Amino acid sequence: MSQVLADLRYAKSHEWARSLPDGRIEVGITDHAQHALGDLVFVDVPQVGTTLDIGGACAVVESVKAASDVYSPVAGTVVEINESLSGSPELINEDCYGKGWLYRVQPASASGLDALLDASAYSAVLAAEGG
Amino acid sequence: MGRKTPLHDLHVAQGARMVDFGGWDMPVNYGSQIEEHHHVRRDAGMFDVSHMCVVDLRGAATRAFLSRLVANDVGKLRTAGKALYSCMLNATGGVIDDLIIYFLTESHFRIVVNAGTRDNDLAWMRRCATDWGFDVEIIERADLAMIAVQGPKARAAVASLLTPADGERALLLEPFFGIECGAWFVARTGYTGEDGFEVVIPAVEAESVWKALSAAGVASCGLGARDTLRLEAGMNLYGNDMDETRHPLESGLAWTVAFEPTERDFVGRAALEAIRQSGGSPMKLVGLLLQDRGVLRSHQKVVVPGVGEGEVTSGTFSPTLERSIAFARVPRATGETVQVDIRGKLLAARVVKLPFVRHGRALISL
Repeated sequence: MSQVLADLRYAKSHEWARSLPDGRIEVGITDHAQHALGDLVFVDVPQVGTTLDIGGACAVVESVKAASDVYSPVAGTVVEINESLSGSPELINEDCYGKGWLYRVQPASASGLDALLDASAYSAVLAAEGG
Repeated sequence: MGRKTPLHDLHVAQGARMVDFGGWDMPVNYGSQIEEHHHVRRDAGMFDVSHMCVVDLRGAATRAFLSRLVANDVGKLRTAGKALYSCMLNATGGVIDDLIIYFLTESHFRIVVNAGTRDNDLAWMRRCATDWGFDVEIIERADLAMIAVQGPKARAAVASLLTPADGERALLLEPFFGIECGAWFVARTGYTGEDGFEVVIPAVEAESVWKALSAAGVASCGLGARDTLRLEAGMNLYGNDMDETRHPLESGLAWTVAFEPTERDFVGRAALEAIRQSGGSPMKLVGLLLQDRGVLRSHQKVVVPGVGEGEVTSGTFSPTLERSIAFARVPRATGETVQVDIRGKLLAARVVKLPFVRHGRALISL
């Protein structure tokens, strides 16, 4: 059973978003996503300064098996990327909700996460997908 | 739901992630695909390859039939147990399938064909036998299972399951030879670039053999690791690197076509001769090593500046080299470097001699 953290918000396309104390939002892919992809070997994250729209393809995560797009769960401007992933993409497999974060954004509006799923709604999405 | 091998329930019980492969429900990995890959390179791993089809050909005319059916020459099979890798071609030289033929006796040859092509292969073989008037029995052995045990410690693990006498015979096998051990068939062949055995057993014994190999320290491995291993080993995958529209000369398989003796008239010969007489195949299959960061994948476009374009036929991340590698079909005049279009960016790749890895060692410089 995939791990779903109670304090995060989720997109149906298997990204998570976390509100940081300073108002920025941290983004990554969920445990379900990393498990489905298998061993990650390459991550292409957006450059700092990139403007992201909700649902826009903004990053690519590649496992041995396949490449998969990451869709931004939040609109805003990329202010920081996880530099460790370039040398250690496996951090996403090992700790997808922690050390495997992808990027941080300054949200375009204060209500940035309201449209996303909470943990129970996302768990229901996973149950409906059979996993 | 796809077809299931005799080991299906055991894979599921072991926590394998199952995927469709050529209409079969097969394990792609049991955990980390990269760890499974390293197990095979460094120790021993096993793969359920029961989706592949064992076909027994029986009858005094079998050798003559095969001599016409396949592009390699079964005349090379003179010692009992010897195996031969070959393509089976259509009249235009396209590859219907690639297969291994084991010479058991003069009236019994055993062929192993791919899962996705088995029905088509059987129909083709039967039609050829009928059309050419050969009295050959073509028997699909759905009662058998097959386990590939690969890696430096693989042969010892398999031998430990045999009687002492059979174990000794098995360990004396030369590469590309097989022997019957009671109801089992043990061959020193594989698809990983490592030493090892492919073991054909009665389907009813499959679970117990798999468990015994586990107990002997052999790691369960899925199709994911099988793919990265075969790519590193420079071995083609049917449907990716060649198919009915591609001939062996543009698929890195010229070495499997026996043009000698010249009087042997195999299916596809005329088409291949015509290509050779017109100056050779305009395309060739090469190995690529990605110089930039990223992952090569099948169907990516290859750009050869000043020469033309090609296409990646198989690509992956190589766990041994920790770089991305691929096979690509490119114009014959392609030199040492190419560019590959990965999501709109042209990344540099180097053309390298295959294989990338053999017996646990990198054969190319990074």
